[in-house]
Amino acid sequence: MEIPYTVDIREDTGLTSPKLGIWLFLASEVMLFGALFSSYILLRVGSTAWPVQSEEVNVLIGTVNTMVLIASSVTMVMAWASLKMNNFENFRVYLASTIFLALVFLIIKVFWEYIPKLQHGHDPSTNNFYALYFTMTGLHALHILGGIIVNAYFLIPGAKMWKSNPEQFTNRIEIAGLYWHFVDLVWIFLFPTIYLL
Amino acid sequence: MESTTVEEIRKHTWVYLTVFGGLAMLTVLTVAVASLEMAVGLGVTVAMIIAALKGSLVASFFMHLISEKRVILVILIFTFIFFVLLIAFPLSDFLDNAGKPNVP
Repeated sequence: MEIPYTVDIREDTGLTSPKLGIWLFLASEVMLFGALFSSYILLRVGSTAWPVQSEEVNVLIGTVNTMVLIASSVTMVMAWASLKMNNFENFRVYLASTIFLALVFLIIKVFWEYIPKLQHGHDPSTNNFYALYFTMTGLHALHILGGIIVNAYFLIPGAKMWKSNPEQFTNRIEIAGLYWHFVDLVWIFLFPTIYLL
Repeated sequence: MESTTVEEIRKHTWVYLTVFGGLAMLTVLTVAVASLEMAVGLGVTVAMIIAALKGSLVASFFMHLISEKRVILVILIFTFIFFVLLIAFPLSDFLDNAGKPNVP
C-alpha cells in the first residue's frame, strides 16, 4: 500500500506528511535539549564554585568544529538544491561532503577531546561541569552519528529512488536536511555555553 | 519550501553561500568577544545574542522558515513558549529559595 501525502500536499495542513512529522519531531528535540540547558543553568547558578570553562576545554578545537558543522549544513542544503536543479551528480558530491564533514567533527570530538580528557582523569564524575559537558556534547554527537547513518543510506542504497520517484526522493533529502540543520542549530548554542562562558 | 523553478533555486544557492560567510564571521566574533574582559552577565548576554542571530540565519535560510507554511510557525511558537517555561520555572524556583537553608 502506498503511503499518502509523501509528495502531494495535504489540503488541511498545506504540507506533506513527512514535513509536518519532522517539524513535530524537531519540536520534541527542542524540549530534550532544552531540559539539558535548563539543568546546566540550574547547576551553574546554584554552584558555589565553577571551573573556568575556557581553561577546561580547548576553545580552538571547539571553534574548528563549529566551522566544520556550519560547512556541513551548507553542503547539505546544496545537496537538496542540486536535486531541485535535476543535477544528481552534484547531489552525490554535496551529500558525500556532508558525511565527510560530519565524520571530521566526530573524529575531532573523540580523538582530540574525549580521549585526552579521559586520559587526564576528567570524566563525568569529576564535577558538575564535566557531567554536563559529556552529557550534552555526547547526546549531540549521537545525533551527528544518526545523521551520518541516514545520509549514508540516501547516498548509496536509498539513492535508487531518484530514478523511480525523483520528487519523493527530493522531499526525503529535504527532511534529512531539516534534521541536519537542527543538529547544527543545537551546536550553535552548545558551543558558547560549554566552551566560552 | 515551495519555490520550484531551477532559476529560483540557483538564486537561493548564492543566498546559502552568503549565509555561510555570515555564520563563519559571527563564529569568529563570538570567540573574539568571549576573550574580552567583561562581567559574566554581560558576557552571557552578548554570547547568547550572537548565538540567537546565528540560529536565526540557519532556521530562516537553510531550514527555509522564512517562506514556510503557517502551521509550522504555529508549532514553533508553541515550542518556544514551552522551552521558555522549561528554563524559567526551575530557575524562578531556585531564585525564590536562594539564601534559605536546605530543609530535607
